[in-house]
Amino acid sequence: MKYVSEYRNREAAERYVEELHKITTRNWNIMEVCGGQTHSILKYGIDRLIPDAVELIHGPGCPVCVTPVGLIDKAISIASDDSVIFCSFGDMMRVPGSQRDLLSVKAAGGDVRMVYSPLDAVRIANENPEREVVFFAVGFETTAPVTAAAVLRADALGLSNFSMLAAHVLVPPAIEAVLSSPGCRIQGFLAAGHVCSVMGYTEYEPLAEKYKVPIVVTGFEPLDILEGLHMCVTQLEKGTYRVENQYHRSVTRGGNQDAVALINRVFRPSDRKWRGIGEIPGSGLEFTEDYSSFDASVRFGVEEMSVEEPSECISGLVLTGERKPDQCPAFGEACTPQHPLGAPMVSTEGACAAYFRYRRTT
Amino acid sequence: MCLGVPGKIEEIKGDDPVFRIGMVSFGGTLREVSLAGVPKAVVGEWVIVHAGFALNTIREEDAMEVFDYLRQIAEYGAKELPREDIYPDIKDIPDEGTQ
Ligand code: SF4
Repeated sequence: MKYVSEYRNREAAERYVEELHKITTRNWNIMEVCGGQTHSILKYGIDRLIPDAVELIHGPGCPVCVTPVGLIDKAISIASDDSVIFCSFGDMMRVPGSQRDLLSVKAAGGDVRMVYSPLDAVRIANENPEREVVFFAVGFETTAPVTAAAVLRADALGLSNFSMLAAHVLVPPAIEAVLSSPGCRIQGFLAAGHVCSVMGYTEYEPLAEKYKVPIVVTGFEPLDILEGLHMCVTQLEKGTYRVENQYHRSVTRGGNQDAVALINRVFRPSDRKWRGIGEIPGSGLEFTEDYSSFDASVRFGVEEMSVEEPSECISGLVLTGERKPDQCPAFGEACTPQHPLGAPMVSTEGACAAYFRYRRTT
Repeated sequence: MCLGVPGKIEEIKGDDPVFRIGMVSFGGTLREVSLAGVPKAVVGEWVIVHAGFALNTIREEDAMEVFDYLRQIAEYGAKELPREDIYPDIKDIPDEGTQ
């Protein structure tokens, strides 16, 4: 397929690997921020091809994995309401809340539907005027524009039966949270390409400067990741720390301002709790005044719900790169994709699920 | 979650910038995609699609960059890459520091 298969070219990948071996003279710890990149790295065995001295640390870049238990419980509470058609991306269905997951609500007769796009949820609301339709809006900056577009469309259609449980998270505050933690050993970052397709990368420049780490905006195909790593290691070896853009075909420095404008019409930044990590200031999105009538947590009176996270899952340490998934005592034993204890074992982009699927032990 | 798939716009319906819909071909399969984020996109352009929404148009002229970079490394060695030629955006960034 055009714009996909060329970036899986074996010969070019081998040459990148060879070049990486040539330039690496000492140990470097590089975090790939995005779960999609983690998945590619394990699927194509990139972690095994690159020099041993380059350690890849898997970052918090899986929105499903960082959605806190309290928010899942809110979703479950709304989905259990008989008047509601609850729409969600498939990934969220099996993420455990404090008692159960969305799939078990469905099994018990709840009308829970998997959708490919929030725009599908708007269509369902339009076709079912007598029912309340709620979309579980999980995602990074990549997903926020389409969520915003869905709200604008529902508004234009005059749909009073459509609302959203807003669960968006923003990447730069999370990178800062990782970098400012006292035990941080990350020396360079591969930033998430599609997040930057929307947002550009100016937000990363002060971070690179302040923490003296190179940040390379990187795509998702094997050659993208290898080129991104080569650029990052080159900077580390030279002792420079600037933001570079590997994913040129989709990312510009200023981002897609039309998409950003959609986000800013509907949402504004808010403080947000991350599963296993805790609250990160300014790392979430909430509705602006103009669109607050679409806020499902107000409409269904679940704003104040909160719960403790279960203790056996060490996902917080996995998500900040302090532990590898297979270093969790529950990995592959008490916790498997069939019986996940934590979200990183559920989502296909979760590091625990990727380790389980591609049989990685460190 | 942030999966984006490249597709080609075959047809555009509507003209309100926020509600334009593109019929986008993914290897021959057509799907409806919101063009709200790419109000200037035209038929024949390629877009990266995520959750039924075009995130951006693909810049054709940069699509082979990954191979240009390989050629540059081979020619100059990684340390001496003339970065600005392949990464024009970098000029805007304040000068690098040293650790
Ligand atoms: S293996 Fe399971 S229990 Fe352990 S961190 Fe991953 S999701 Fe949590």
